[in-house]
Amino acid sequence: MTLTEKLRERISRAFYSHGLLCASYPIPIILFTGLCILACCYPLLKLPLPGTGPVEFSTPVKDYFPPSPDVVSQQGDPSERPDWYVGAPVAYIQQIFVKATVSPWQKNFLAVDVFRSPLSRVFQLVEEIRNHALRDSSGVRSLEEVCLQVTDLLPGLRKLRNLLPEHGCLLLSPGNFWQNDRERFNADPDIIKTIHQHEPKTLQTSATLKDLLFGLPGKYSGVNLYNRRRVVSYTVTLGLQRYDSRFLSSLRSRLKLLHPSPNCTLREDSIVHVHFKEEIGIAELIPLVTTYIILFAYIYFSTRKIDMVKSKWGLALAAVVTVLSSLLMSVGLCTLFGLTPTLNGGEIFPYLVVVIGLENVLVLTKSVVSTPVDLEVKLRIAQGLSNESWSIMKNMATELGIILIGYFTLVPAIQEFCLFAVVGLVSDFFLQMLFFTTVLSIDIRRMELADLNKRLPAEACLPPAKPASRSQRYERQPAVRPATPHTITLQPSSFRNLRLPKRLRVIYFFARTRLAQRLIMAGTVIWIGILVYTDPAGLRTYLTSQVTEQSPLGEAGLPPMPVPGGVLPAGDPKIDLSVFPSDPIQLSENQTQQPEGRGNGQTELGTEAEVTWGAEDEEIWRKLSFRHWPSLFSYYNITLAKRYISILPAIPVTLYLNPQEALEVRHPQEANRYHPFLSSTGGKLSAEAQPDQTSSRLHGHRDVTLYKVAALGLASGILLVLLLFCLYRLLCPKNYGQNGLSHSRRRRGDLPCDDYGYSPPETEIVPLVLRGHLMDIECLASDGMLLVSCCLVGQIRVWDAQTGDCLTVIPKPRLRRDSSGIFDYQESWDHSPDGKNGLDDSFESSHQLKRMLSPPQPPLFCDQPDLTSLIDTNFSEQVKVAQSEPRLRAVGGRQKEAGYDFSSLVGKVYEDEEGGCGGRRRSLGDESLSGFDKSSPLPSWGGDFESSVWSLDLQGNLIVAGRSNGKLEVWDAIEGTLRSSNDESQSGITALVFLNNRIVAARLNGSLDFFSLETHTSLNHLQFRGRQSVCAHLVGVLGCLCSPLILSSAPRLLTSASRGPQVFRLEDSCCLFTLQGHSGAITAVYIDQTMVLASGGQDGAICLWDVLTGSKVSHMYAHRGDVTSLTCTTSCVISSGLDDVISIWDRSSGIKLYSIQQEMGCGSSLGVISDNLLVTGGQGCVSFWDIGYGDLLQTVYLGKSNESQPARQILVLENAAIVCNFGSELSLVYVPSVLEKLD
Amino acid sequence: MAENDAKPTLPKKSGPYISSVTSHGMNLVIRGIVLFFIGVFLALVLNLLQIQRNVTLFPPDVITSIFSSAWWVPPCCGTASAVIGLLYPCMDRHLGEPHKFKREWSSVMRCVAVFVGINHASAKVDFANNIQLSLTLAALSIGLWWTFDRSRSGFGLGVGIAFLATLVSQLLVYNGVYQYTSPDFLYVRSWLPCIFFAGGITMGNIGRQLAMVSVEGGLTAF
Repeated sequence: MTLTEKLRERISRAFYSHGLLCASYPIPIILFTGLCILACCYPLLKLPLPGTGPVEFSTPVKDYFPPSPDVVSQQGDPSERPDWYVGAPVAYIQQIFVKATVSPWQKNFLAVDVFRSPLSRVFQLVEEIRNHALRDSSGVRSLEEVCLQVTDLLPGLRKLRNLLPEHGCLLLSPGNFWQNDRERFNADPDIIKTIHQHEPKTLQTSATLKDLLFGLPGKYSGVNLYNRRRVVSYTVTLGLQRYDSRFLSSLRSRLKLLHPSPNCTLREDSIVHVHFKEEIGIAELIPLVTTYIILFAYIYFSTRKIDMVKSKWGLALAAVVTVLSSLLMSVGLCTLFGLTPTLNGGEIFPYLVVVIGLENVLVLTKSVVSTPVDLEVKLRIAQGLSNESWSIMKNMATELGIILIGYFTLVPAIQEFCLFAVVGLVSDFFLQMLFFTTVLSIDIRRMELADLNKRLPAEACLPPAKPASRSQRYERQPAVRPATPHTITLQPSSFRNLRLPKRLRVIYFFARTRLAQRLIMAGTVIWIGILVYTDPAGLRTYLTSQVTEQSPLGEAGLPPMPVPGGVLPAGDPKIDLSVFPSDPIQLSENQTQQPEGRGNGQTELGTEAEVTWGAEDEEIWRKLSFRHWPSLFSYYNITLAKRYISILPAIPVTLYLNPQEALEVRHPQEANRYHPFLSSTGGKLSAEAQPDQTSSRLHGHRDVTLYKVAALGLASGILLVLLLFCLYRLLCPKNYGQNGLSHSRRRRGDLPCDDYGYSPPETEIVPLVLRGHLMDIECLASDGMLLVSCCLVGQIRVWDAQTGDCLTVIPKPRLRRDSSGIFDYQESWDHSPDGKNGLDDSFESSHQLKRMLSPPQPPLFCDQPDLTSLIDTNFSEQVKVAQSEPRLRAVGGRQKEAGYDFSSLVGKVYEDEEGGCGGRRRSLGDESLSGFDKSSPLPSWGGDFESSVWSLDLQGNLIVAGRSNGKLEVWDAIEGTLRSSNDESQSGITALVFLNNRIVAARLNGSLDFFSLETHTSLNHLQFRGRQSVCAHLVGVLGCLCSPLILSSAPRLLTSASRGPQVFRLEDSCCLFTLQGHSGAITAVYIDQTMVLASGGQDGAICLWDVLTGSKVSHMYAHRGDVTSLTCTTSCVISSGLDDVISIWDRSSGIKLYSIQQEMGCGSSLGVISDNLLVTGGQGCVSFWDIGYGDLLQTVYLGKSNESQPARQILVLENAAIVCNFGSELSLVYVPSVLEKLD
Repeated sequence: MAENDAKPTLPKKSGPYISSVTSHGMNLVIRGIVLFFIGVFLALVLNLLQIQRNVTLFPPDVITSIFSSAWWVPPCCGTASAVIGLLYPCMDRHLGEPHKFKREWSSVMRCVAVFVGINHASAKVDFANNIQLSLTLAALSIGLWWTFDRSRSGFGLGVGIAFLATLVSQLLVYNGVYQYTSPDFLYVRSWLPCIFFAGGITMGNIGRQLAMVSVEGGLTAF
């Protein structure tokens, strides 16, 4: 025992015991695994939330200096400092926060007056800021020196060219709407329109131009017609290149001097640094989305291979959960051990999944499922595990090796990936072994309990025997037709998934999963989520503030305690600065004057307004979209990704405007357009509005928006309904629900269909009809190239299987014409039904024929057959029992007292319950001809023409025909000459096998003759040599297909269980086995190269045997009544019985897959074209079925619609053409082109 | 019938879509079209990956940058992939050795994912030098072949394709049709042959799978 074998055995043993453990204690193990997953994922909680939201960090304003670009030389506590806080920021943002109001407010003022005059002051303010200069010892510093100089806008933004500054300081104010030109502003008749002209019409979550210029969210600006608070806010935003504390504080103190805000409580002690993560643009998103699509396709194609389990979806989910949680575990473990992921997780995730793969899971499932079903669940799991243990370990080792190689590439990114992949692989293995195996065991156990007992009884699949009313069909009553001529009875099991046509499958899928509904729901939820997340005042800000609250340096987010008005903010750095235009005395004057003026001046004109600074004004930029700054800078092609900006504390500016000023700036057109601002209730409301401004200020605006949205929603809903209605009318035909028989050209009407009512498109194929036989065709044989048929009168015709040409007629036509009048007669008779167009010509003709031929009935042989065969055939296929009975009595004199069970005879050729002395194949032509030919024998005719041909086989160009009188003839198929004959025995040959140069003939007397054929070169004459006769029991069925074994069976007389099929070897004709096990006679056998032998008996049972040992492999009860034909593919066994049901069985397990109800009389006509294509005969048609799934692929109607001869025999040729035996005609049907590719 | 004669070695089974295709020629054309579009799509996406390497923040008119490279590149890639995808099964047929290794769609998807991953690595991962990059990519490509193809003929064809494609791009660059930012291998990047090799293997894999669409594999030729 080598080392690998030892290792292998050990591994497999370990897996076995592990599988036993998992299946024994599923619940504790799953709980344990869940705990493990949670424990490993715990470190993930410390990681920041995914997303591209900015990160903040604040430092105090006092002794702030820009961080040095070098990481190492940083002072301070490095743990508090984020690692991005390195080097100078992209820009310093200084906002001058203006609140302005008209005070006192006069009742006759218009709504526009609320914001027109406050906005007009922005030009003045901007001028002040622009012209501000600091003079100190080092000289004069102006704004131009410190501000951020911007260049061109991006070429795509030409429409914003006039609105955003170019080639100069980055200074944004609402004045930019009017190019910072006061005259333009004064001439503007509609301010709101100007402001809103660049607003996007659609839903926009990022910064708009209005937000940019106002510097605060649009709804806080107060620039609208419904502003009850009458306070207008805006900011002047200044981008600074360098941080010059002296200049900034001088600007601050000057503005405060000019426009003091007495009750302002804004904190001014910290600079907030905002770091922006890398943006994900469309260009990055597309490859990402592609990889994810590929990933999902991979998962889809992998999980769909899971089969034979109780819940496919459950297991697929478990597989996906296994992979995902192993990834999470690996990330968590890596974080735990200090390996912080620097890679973009979302990007490498698909590759990790692909590396880890779902293969092991699938292999495990497959292996467990393929263990014997009858074992205990524990053992099945254990066996499945140990079967696959070696390959799993090998794969794992290989993958680890590959990753190890990757680790030694020494590229940091790849190394990190490899590290993750290793941890992921190990945790994936852990989860597979514990989690997935356990889930699988639970699943299998459920299936054991629920499904297995449901599957076994085959009887459940048989539809109740229904008295089909064929007679009514003759009366042209399409309404009363057999309910479902073609139905498959399917088992409701997960055994197979039915394949429907694509169209239906899509619809069913939609219906089953309520896909559209769920998609809409999911879409709505996502949309709401996006709205909430990106809403400037929404969740995002809340989260941010939460985060900043928790962080030690984030006190800036805390709302300060309200300070009583009139108190100057602490820390005002104005004291030691010499500010150029400012004057400390003026400050004190302003402070005192302003409240006075308000107090006593114009009280009688209206209510006064007071600008309040509250907690909600704190750091107003936080309420902006988090894409505000990146989008602003991106306009100048400056990226903020992975960089940061520093936002300086805002400078508060309060403006009070007196009514005269407001009246002056009023535009003449506005007076006409707007009514006085809420003339009736304005005063009262505004008085009330003071205490609760926040709640009511936007009320009116919101109302209108709500109405608009509602109206729009209603309109679109109506439109949608109309559209759906139109689509419905378009897609569904008007005669919906009327069985879809718009193509009712076919009077028969009963289109074959699936369980689902789906009938595939019927195809009218003009088959190659091989006419020429005068009577019903009895035997058929083919070798692919040639087709030999023999009719009841013993005429053998050789056809070219490709073209359908009749090559040879045996006997030669002229001889026949000369010799026998009955042919002429028959030919003339043959034409007679042509004029009829009824369905019943066959019946009629046979009836006629029977009448004709009933007088001459000389019992020539002791086993002279009667008419039953012919009658059987015709009646069983076309006539109802009730009708046929009297005729039968009239004709078949020997039959009538027999109590014939026609239903048990249907489609059965070999069975004859009470036939005289073993007559098996009888034919009408036989007796008539034999009677006739006796009187006028043909001297020139080499062959025997007295008896009918009972069996036929073909090989090369030699036809072997076995006749009813025991004569064995060999004909040349091309020349039509008799090559040899043998008539040593008188007993009729019922079956023939011609293989290589050996001929095996089974005779009526129960002997099996083995001939070998030798060629005499000189005479080109074949001679039989060495006949060996083996006394078998009455040989009924002879099956032999390319195998050196001959199978014979005793059909009758020996119905006891003592004898079953016998197996002979072809070479030495010795009997190998007698297969015992059938309780009745054997009626059908099948044998092929795989050495599996199938036999079906009278008892309706099918046995599968192992030919090598002669032991019974499986035994299944198939049919009510006899098994009439039996064939196998590599995976299934197909049987048909007297009950006109075709059953398909799983060959290995013997479990019935499904069954197909056939039309009456066509039960045994079936053929297997390929491993997955079955063809069955019907009433004037052949149907193609997919064996694997059991769905009807196509029905091909042969010939005109009103001829409906049943297809009695189907012979599959090698080139996939099918020969159907339709009475006296042969139809050569090529497999429809639709199905061609199926094989 | 023609299909069966032409491909005696390949077990032809097919799903509902392919079965509606009536003739061998039609089937070929459809396969070609599918492969063409896969090629165009992959070319666009991978080109985007390469573009993205230098730019991080995109202006609003980013869509134009998707098509910023020469317009003829994606169609050329599509045609090439169609040819390759048809060539592989054809070669299998003529050599008489059908490709049976891991013939299922999940494996094909895995292969495509690995191919995109190789491209991703070549575009995104910072390597110390170009030799290291090229060696890593070569190892990855060989690994791709070993994992998903493992046939000698596939390897040979892949190498041939890589050689031809590199030659063509050399010629193109030499004539100034196209340019690389930092050529280190004559006129092109040295990792180019590896990418071409991996791409050839991947498209061959897809082509083989399309040619052998089976019921079990469940077709989704589209």
